[in-house]
Amino acid sequence: MASTAHDVHSHDHHEHHHEESFVSKYIFSQDHKMIGKQFLITAVFMGLVAMLLSILFRIQLAWPGESSDFLNFFLGDQWAPEGVLKEDMYLGLVTIHGTIMVFFLLTGGLSGTFSNILIPLQLGARDMASGFLNMLSYWFFFLSSLIMFLSLFVMNGSIFGIDIPGDWGTTGNGPAMAGWTVYPPLSALPQAVSGSGFGMTLWLFSMTIFIAGSLIGSLNYIVTVLNLRTTGMTMTRMPLTIWAFFVTAILGVLSFPVLLSAALLLMMDRMAGTSFYLSDIMVGSEMLSNHGGSPILYQHLFWFLGHPEVYIVLLPALGLSSEIIATNARKPIFGYKAMIGSILAIGFLSFIVWGHHMFITGMNPFLGSVFVFTTLLIAIPSAVKVFNYITTLWKGSIVYTPAMLFAIALVSTFITGGVTGIILADSALDIAVHDTYFVVAHFHIVMGMSAVFGMFAGVYHWFPKMYGRMMNNRMGYVHFWITIVGAYGVFFPMHFVGIAGAPRRYYDYSVYGEFDTESFNMIMDLNVIITVFAIVAAVGQAIFLFNFFYSIYRGPAAPQNPWKSNTLEWTTPVEHIHGNWPGALPVVHRWPYDYSKPGAADDFIPQDVPLAEGETEH
Amino acid sequence: MESKLIIILIVVIGAIAISQLVRVYELTAKLRKHGEHEIPMRDNYLNAKLMLAFMVLQFGGFIYLMLKYGWTGRGPAASVQGESTDWLLNLNLVLVSAIFFFTNFLLFYFSYKYVKRPGVKAYYYPHNNKLEMLWTVVPAAVLAVIIILGLQTWNDVTGASPKDAISLELYSKQFDWTARYSGGDNTLGRTDYKLITGTNELGLMTAATIDSSIQAMRQGAGGILEIQKILNNRDTVLTDSLVNVLRKDLGTKERLLRLLNQMKATHNVALDKHVYDDIIQRDTLYLCVNKPYEISFRSKDVIHSAYFPHFRTQMNTVPGYGTRMKFTPNKTTAEMRTIKKLPTFHYVLMCNKICGGAHYKMKMMVVVLEEAEYNAWMKSKGNKTFKDTYFPAPAAPATTPAADTVKTAMN
Repeated sequence: MASTAHDVHSHDHHEHHHEESFVSKYIFSQDHKMIGKQFLITAVFMGLVAMLLSILFRIQLAWPGESSDFLNFFLGDQWAPEGVLKEDMYLGLVTIHGTIMVFFLLTGGLSGTFSNILIPLQLGARDMASGFLNMLSYWFFFLSSLIMFLSLFVMNGSIFGIDIPGDWGTTGNGPAMAGWTVYPPLSALPQAVSGSGFGMTLWLFSMTIFIAGSLIGSLNYIVTVLNLRTTGMTMTRMPLTIWAFFVTAILGVLSFPVLLSAALLLMMDRMAGTSFYLSDIMVGSEMLSNHGGSPILYQHLFWFLGHPEVYIVLLPALGLSSEIIATNARKPIFGYKAMIGSILAIGFLSFIVWGHHMFITGMNPFLGSVFVFTTLLIAIPSAVKVFNYITTLWKGSIVYTPAMLFAIALVSTFITGGVTGIILADSALDIAVHDTYFVVAHFHIVMGMSAVFGMFAGVYHWFPKMYGRMMNNRMGYVHFWITIVGAYGVFFPMHFVGIAGAPRRYYDYSVYGEFDTESFNMIMDLNVIITVFAIVAAVGQAIFLFNFFYSIYRGPAAPQNPWKSNTLEWTTPVEHIHGNWPGALPVVHRWPYDYSKPGAADDFIPQDVPLAEGETEH
Repeated sequence: MESKLIIILIVVIGAIAISQLVRVYELTAKLRKHGEHEIPMRDNYLNAKLMLAFMVLQFGGFIYLMLKYGWTGRGPAASVQGESTDWLLNLNLVLVSAIFFFTNFLLFYFSYKYVKRPGVKAYYYPHNNKLEMLWTVVPAAVLAVIIILGLQTWNDVTGASPKDAISLELYSKQFDWTARYSGGDNTLGRTDYKLITGTNELGLMTAATIDSSIQAMRQGAGGILEIQKILNNRDTVLTDSLVNVLRKDLGTKERLLRLLNQMKATHNVALDKHVYDDIIQRDTLYLCVNKPYEISFRSKDVIHSAYFPHFRTQMNTVPGYGTRMKFTPNKTTAEMRTIKKLPTFHYVLMCNKICGGAHYKMKMMVVVLEEAEYNAWMKSKGNKTFKDTYFPAPAAPATTPAADTVKTAMN
């Protein structure tokens, strides 16, 4: 079936061979490689915004109440009069930082970029199943990014003094302020916090559009993987990257619609006076007549997406690192089938663990026990993956490209952040550390650092494929070492802040001075250290940005297969052409991990090389 | 102004730095004999060594932080349940730290040891089912132990309270906590948010509070009659938006009034006595050491979370939805001060769910007393029950006889 689909597609291609205009090539492009790059650049911009926001609130945490010109410069007199951050805006910064990092950088950016670039190239397809839908998925992502970014500038219910026509909740200052999970009633009641006015409306619009784009993209990825594999590319000969993107797309299709429904119900509570999430509420002295809804319903819906979302973020990173580690250790990935099994097991389990975010919402303790059990089961496939990575390195012949450094660091953060998950999954222990900095440390390491490292690894590794040029390795090394030391310096001490009992999302820990001076000193000391590391790590990203943008235009030309890799993307010409392969599509004869195979002349055998006489497949 | 200058200066210096970087970049590219895709041996060895160095740094940092701050940054657990949680937490932390050291060591050591060397070819080793079985079964066995121990503790700390547990309510709103002691009968009186008024801030339910709420809803300031009067006044011109706001407000209040009348009709006066002896307490929560507490939670506006870091317990408070927890404090404030060698130490109840701008200030001091001290304090509160404060002396005549109230409601 796969080959028939290909024939049809390639005919299409030849019929439509014509010069492309600037708009159809660079803006409304339907070419998967260009769309992938568009995702990447948009996500890099959003990532920088989110990083800047984190530096702003870290300054407040380290030096609470002290005047800072830096804060005043970025936030103006409205949000940082005299250079001191306002309480409300602190919550706004935290909220938008989280939202952008999770959805726009690590979902849109990571899976959007690499699924687009690699799925057709590694499968031997001319393009995605639907180029048009693929283009739509990017433009939905772009529009939602724009709206989320603009929501930072809401003031008196309008943006830059421009009133939005219509009755869309034209009150409120600042962006959404209810945390990235936007739990109602806080997010539903403009009276409760200033960000729950127009800022929250924009958040919901942005996320609705984002979800639509993500669904279109994911469906396209799934169809492409199932139908457009080239001759010989059976499911069990696919690189692990593709397996990861495939399962990620399935998770997205099954879970994002649930978030969409959660968001729509919240919109109705805010705009149409319904009571899905509201019951028996009095804000200040205003008594609401809403009755019968449950704020906990929202949490169930949110986390039904929210937990698979963790793996939507993580699996692509793990897929990329599998490929990079095998290539640069010059060894087959250890336990290929077990790796596929783990990806599938993680994907399945991620749907039945959401309740572990809600152990202390007052839900039935028995239900809690079920979630403890299912959650801890995820540790098994995760452990399998980690040991398989380690065994892949064992007796390898490791080449340290910047991509390889980031891939190995990803395994380290996956371990370090993963093990604390064992504590948080255990409801009896979660009671003591829930919503403290221990949780912040856990998910920033296991999900934030791992996924960002995976993304960096992917950019360094596939940059030659994306832009036909090479990035500078030395700069990559400096960037890597600053980033890993900086990021560990930020998130590792947070465990200790959390164990000391510090709640997250606190504007100022000086309150500790009133009841426990010992904890107060510890928290304040560590907060300064964390902020200093954060600033160093943030400044270090300038090296990456320079290396990235400069190399796009001036980097040395890339050879066809710079890392001596086996996968099909390196059989395409360096110059991008529409349809990927100038002649016939490659035919696949083997799995992608024949590195250092005994009896072969080279230490790699690309997938399109037929088996030698007497050679057995792995 | 000054800050703007500094920032402009930084931008200029940054631009210069970038142009220098460009020169370095281009010069090194020219000098180099190999392409960027070929990693020189020297760079490879350097990174391998840095991998090992990073491992030392990571482990060293962990050990340093452990020695300096330890796992008990907030002191020993101060409740019976907290002690079992801490025991389990310590066990888990030891286990988890062991895994952390072991796997990170393997990862970084292999990264260092198996760096590319001339003449050495990687070992083709695609899979080994026995090994893979090993690292499926061992984690599964360890997890089984963790799950069993965890669920035992979880059942203990979330199970029903003993019969003699003291009932107590904590009421949360932006941005403070209020406690309600259940008085001599150890039963908390009923409540409803529609009964909240300036004099009945927790919305306790008695025939009298229902009446006064109905009264306020109809005739009070901003009540239904007042709004109707404004809307029907033909001498003033109201803007459309104001009319809309007022109509919406009126609709809400009429709905609430209907519900209040329903409440009045079905109210069981016999339960009023549970309300009357309740004692409302702000600022500081006093608890008695070694007594089991059954705490129920309510929230007025948004979700808050009652977090007692020292008792190792936590529960969300959710509007429209009651939650509960239990714990038995087992160290008095005085004892804890001695243990922590901190004479100013206090137990505390904090809010641990984002609830608005002043979230971080929402807390209540907690004092755990010896039984004798506690009883003395309770006695001092004896004449400050809800009845005493809601109907200030001479109380008796002010209360409408309950039977009458019911009768009026029927009419």
